[in-house]
Amino acid sequence: MKYLFQRLAFYLVTAWAAITINFFIPRMMPGDPVQSLIARYQGQLSTKAMASLYALFGLNQHKSLWQQYLDYWSTLFHGDLGLSFTFFPTPVSQIIGQYLPWTLALVGTTTLISFLLGTGLGVVSGWRRGSWMDNLLPIATFFSSIPYFWLGLIAIAVLASAWPVFPASGGFDNGLVPSFSGDFIASAAYHAVLPGLTIVISAMAGWILGMRNMMVTVSSEDYVTVAHAKGLSERRVMFSYAARNAVLPNVSGFALSLGFIVGGTLLVEMVFSYPGIGLVLLQAVGAKDYPLMQGIFLIITLSVLVANLLADLAYMLLDPRTRREG
Amino acid sequence: MTIQTSDPGLGVAEPSPAAAAGPAVRTRRNRFAFLRNGKAITGLTILGIFLVLAVIGSWIAPYDPSAMSNDIMQAPSARHLLGTTQTGEDILSQLLVGTRGVMVVGFVTGFCATVISVLVGVSAGFLGGAADEVLSAFSNIFLVIPGLPLVIIITSFLPNAGDVVIAVVISLTAWAWGARVLRAQTLSLRRRDYIEAARATGESTWRIIVFEIIPNLTAIIASSFVGTVVFAVLTEITLSFIGVASISHWNWGTVLFWAQNNQALALNAWWWFVPAGLCIALLGTALSLINFAIDEFVNPRLRTGGRAGGRGRVRMRTGFTPVVRRTPVVRDPQKGDRV
Repeated sequence: MKYLFQRLAFYLVTAWAAITINFFIPRMMPGDPVQSLIARYQGQLSTKAMASLYALFGLNQHKSLWQQYLDYWSTLFHGDLGLSFTFFPTPVSQIIGQYLPWTLALVGTTTLISFLLGTGLGVVSGWRRGSWMDNLLPIATFFSSIPYFWLGLIAIAVLASAWPVFPASGGFDNGLVPSFSGDFIASAAYHAVLPGLTIVISAMAGWILGMRNMMVTVSSEDYVTVAHAKGLSERRVMFSYAARNAVLPNVSGFALSLGFIVGGTLLVEMVFSYPGIGLVLLQAVGAKDYPLMQGIFLIITLSVLVANLLADLAYMLLDPRTRREG
Repeated sequence: MTIQTSDPGLGVAEPSPAAAAGPAVRTRRNRFAFLRNGKAITGLTILGIFLVLAVIGSWIAPYDPSAMSNDIMQAPSARHLLGTTQTGEDILSQLLVGTRGVMVVGFVTGFCATVISVLVGVSAGFLGGAADEVLSAFSNIFLVIPGLPLVIIITSFLPNAGDVVIAVVISLTAWAWGARVLRAQTLSLRRRDYIEAARATGESTWRIIVFEIIPNLTAIIASSFVGTVVFAVLTEITLSFIGVASISHWNWGTVLFWAQNNQALALNAWWWFVPAGLCIALLGTALSLINFAIDEFVNPRLRTGGRAGGRGRVRMRTGFTPVVRRTPVVRDPQKGDRV
C-alpha cells in the first residue's frame, strides 16, 4: 500500500508541476502575444475574449504574479480553460471534450495491441536467440527509427491512394451522424484501421527490442536453469519463469514511454485528419490559438498521468515485491 | 520514438557489477574492440556520410533549393535526380541543404541534454539523501510529462526560432531519461571498494566524481547521447512537418511539410516524400545500431550469435551436474531448441 501512496503523491506533484509550467510558459516568452493576436484578428475579438486573454497571459499589470497564480488555479478548478480563437467563442474545455474520446479510443486500443504483440514477439525472439527470429531485429530497428507520421504518409500513399482499400482521412463517413448505431461504429472502425495500423507497427518495434533484451538477460539466470533442471516443459519455463520476470522492466518502460506514444499518436491524427486531439492541436498551432494549445497540453499530461497510475497498478499485480508491508 | 528498455540498472534493483566494471577493463585491454562489432561499423559509416553531407551539402547541391523552375512535378530524371516539386524546386538539393539543420539540432541537443543528465543523474546518485530525493523527483517529473506537446507549445510562442533555439528547447525535455539511467548506475558504483579507497585517501567529492565515477559511466553516457540525438532529430523534423518551426530553413521535415501541403500523396508524387523519410529512417537506424553496439559492448549476453568465424557459443546444460557444452550457433529448427 505504501508503494501505491508514494506513486499517488508523485503523480500529484507531477500534475502540479505541469500546471505550473503551463502557467509560466506564456509569461516567460518574449514580446506581447496578446497584442500580436489582437492585431492578427483586427477587431474580431470581443472585449470579453481580450480580458480572458490578458488573464491567461498574465499581462494584467494590476495583479501580482502570486495573485495571478491563485486565480489561474481557481479558474482551472472551475473547469475553465479559456475561450478558443479558432472555434470562437466556444470554450476550450468543450472542444477538448468533443475530440478527446476519439483519441482515447485510438490510443487505448493501439497501445494495448502493440504492447501485447510486441512483448509476445520479444519473448519468443529472446528465447530462441540465434534462430530465424533474429531477422526480426533489423526490421524492428528500422521501424523504431522512422517517425510515425512518415509511416502514415506511406500508408496513405499505398493503401488509400494507389490501391484504395481504406479511406485516407476522417474518422467516419460524412453522411453519418455520430451515435451509437451499428452503422456508425462500423464506419468509425473502418476509418480507424489505417491510423491504428500505423501506430501499432511503429510502437511495436520498441516492445520487441526491449523485451528481447530482457529475455536474453533473464534466460541465463539461475532460477531459469533450476526450472529446466526440474524438468518443466519448455513452454512453462519460457512463460512462467523467464517471461514473467522479464516483463517487469517492460511494464515500467511502457509507462514511461506513454508520453512518446501519445506524441506519435497526435502526429498520426494530423496526417490522417482523424478527428482527435492531434488534429485540433494542429489547427491550434496553425492559428496560434494559445488557450487551446495550453488546454490540450494540460489534458494530454493529465491523461498520461492517469495511464501511468494504471500501469503502476498493473506492476503491483505482477511484482509481489511492491506489495510487501512496510 | 521508442525508449531503450535495455539500459543496465533500469528496472533491475541492483545492476550486476560485471556490467559496470566490464567496459573500463576491456577498453584498456583493447581500445578498438568496440569497432570490431559489425553494428558499430555500419552505424558509424552511415552517420559519417550524413555528417559529411551536413558540411558540404550546400556546396554540392546542384540547384538552389528554393529556386523555382519550369520543370514542374517531374519524376526523377538525369536533370533532377530526385524529381521536382509543384513549383519546380529540386528535391535532391532540398535534402542536401537540409541535412545540416537536422545534424545541428541533433548534436547540439545531444550535447546539452547529456550535460544536464550527467549533472543531475550523477549528483543525485552520488550525493544521496535529500539531494537525491529532490533531483530524482525532478527528473521523473520531466520523464512523465509528454515532451512533444510541450516542445510544440514553447516553440510556437517563440517567433522565428532558429535551429539552436529549437535544440535548446528540445534538450529541456530530453535529458530526464539519461539522468535516470545514470543515477541508477552511479548508485551501484558509489559503494564499490575503489571508491571507498579513494574516499579514505582523502580525495575530494568532486575529484572522485570526475576521475573515478564518470570514466566508468562512459558507455552509458555515450548510449544516452546517441538516444537523445535520435529523439532530437525526430522531434525537429516533426516540428518542421507540422509547421511550428520556421519553414524558411530547409530540413527534411520542411520537405515533408510542403509535400503534405501540396497534395503530393494524392498526386502520387512518391519522389517528394519517400526520400526524405528514408533519410530519416537511415539516420535513425544508424544511430540505433551504434546504441545496440554500445549495449552489447557493455552487456555481452545481448550479442547475437554467428560472429567471429563461427565460434560456437557456450551454454550451460541442465541436469544435476552442470555441464558446459559447446553448441553450434545455427541450430536445426526441426529439432527444436536447447536440446
